[in-house]
Amino acid sequence: MADQPTSMERLIQGILPENPVYRQLLGLCPTLAVTSGMKAAITMSCAVAFVLLSANVIVSLIRNLLKPHLRIVIFTLTIATFVTIADRILAAYMYQMSKTLGPYVPLIIVNCIILCRCEVCASKQPLLTAVSDAVGQAAGFALALSSIAAVREILGTGMFFEIRVLPTSWPDWVIMVLPPGAFLTLGLLLGAVNWMGSLHSKNRQGKEGGEKT
Amino acid sequence: MNYLLEILLIGIGAALINNFVLHYFVGICPFIGVSRQVVTAFGMGCAVTFVISIAAFLSWTVTTYILVPGAPLSSWIAEFFISAERASRIDLTILSYIVYIFAIASSVQFVEMYVRKFFPPLYQSFGVFLPLITTNCAILFACLLIMGHIVGVDNPEDVWDLGKSLTLAVFGGVGFTIAIVIMAGIREELDFCDIPGPFRGAAITLVVAGILAMAFMGFTGVDSGLKKVLTLSTVEKTINGDHLDHMKNN
Repeated sequence: MADQPTSMERLIQGILPENPVYRQLLGLCPTLAVTSGMKAAITMSCAVAFVLLSANVIVSLIRNLLKPHLRIVIFTLTIATFVTIADRILAAYMYQMSKTLGPYVPLIIVNCIILCRCEVCASKQPLLTAVSDAVGQAAGFALALSSIAAVREILGTGMFFEIRVLPTSWPDWVIMVLPPGAFLTLGLLLGAVNWMGSLHSKNRQGKEGGEKT
Repeated sequence: MNYLLEILLIGIGAALINNFVLHYFVGICPFIGVSRQVVTAFGMGCAVTFVISIAAFLSWTVTTYILVPGAPLSSWIAEFFISAERASRIDLTILSYIVYIFAIASSVQFVEMYVRKFFPPLYQSFGVFLPLITTNCAILFACLLIMGHIVGVDNPEDVWDLGKSLTLAVFGGVGFTIAIVIMAGIREELDFCDIPGPFRGAAITLVVAGILAMAFMGFTGVDSGLKKVLTLSTVEKTINGDHLDHMKNN
């Protein structure tokens, strides 16, 4: 298969060209819910990365044993097992953080990103490709989460990683850390990413057109 | 507190104040994906409400009878193998996520087959959404909320019974339906608007959802206000009743 991207290409594609949040609009629930602060966002993306990587490895290893009509159930059960592990680890070593994240850690089970990567990539590709794909997608997810969290935390509390970056005279935009702020930030950032993407492709087209003529 | 009053507060809390979509951000995927037309949005909302009630019933039953420490079924089985004192301390809550997702997936499959066989028109109207619902976060989220009110509650009186759990689930589904239908209504109008290119589609939907969430923030505090009014009126009634009795006696 010549048109299949190599493992390195998959890694890079996951970060921006096929970013799970901004491009594929997957896994929006945690994206909106845990991005009121940077710490929660980073912890969440680490948990998702762990589950995504482990699930991709397992699914890729057993891909030849899978029956087509049972595969979704197998994927879901694999993911649920790793989510339970991640949840227990969080509760054991980062109790306060696991209280803050609350039900959103178990909700990783129904996170479409992981199911989508298992279905699209890991169940058809060898181990190395599946791993690099998982790393790329996890990095893209972390990038999206931290960009949203940075905007919300700085505008909402004037702090970044709980260290003050804006002057104390800054009026906190409380709405940014409340639910509506999540929707607004994601909507505006999504628009900005689309805009930059269209500029980029227009530039490229312009250059190619110029070279031809 | 009066049981009916509690049920009422749970219902209003789940449907309006802590709306699943606009406050907890669960079920965003269908909220963005299936909210183009009011009719399909309503169908999706009904399907979610239907499945969420079944899932809540299953999760409450499984949690209460099997998963919690000292649950009747698991300790009864364990008593065959270990001493009764140890059997009553068996804690299976670590399995809860796997059990819930399995219960949801199988019940969705089952409901789909049942509806297809016995209610073909209903299947025509919302059957296509049913498989999608398995990976809808709202369902699992409702199960987890119910689990939070059963597992790890110190006071036995605060443990939720089936009635409260079902109320939460049904009204959570109603809240989801309200949100997605409003959203679909707005998006039908948005089609006639001149939106800047990069914002077409999901971006403007999210911004509109943000404004909608701001509107729903207006419901904050409705529950405590309602509680105050309702408890006051019952208190007044009893006081008046006492007063009348007193007068009669005199």
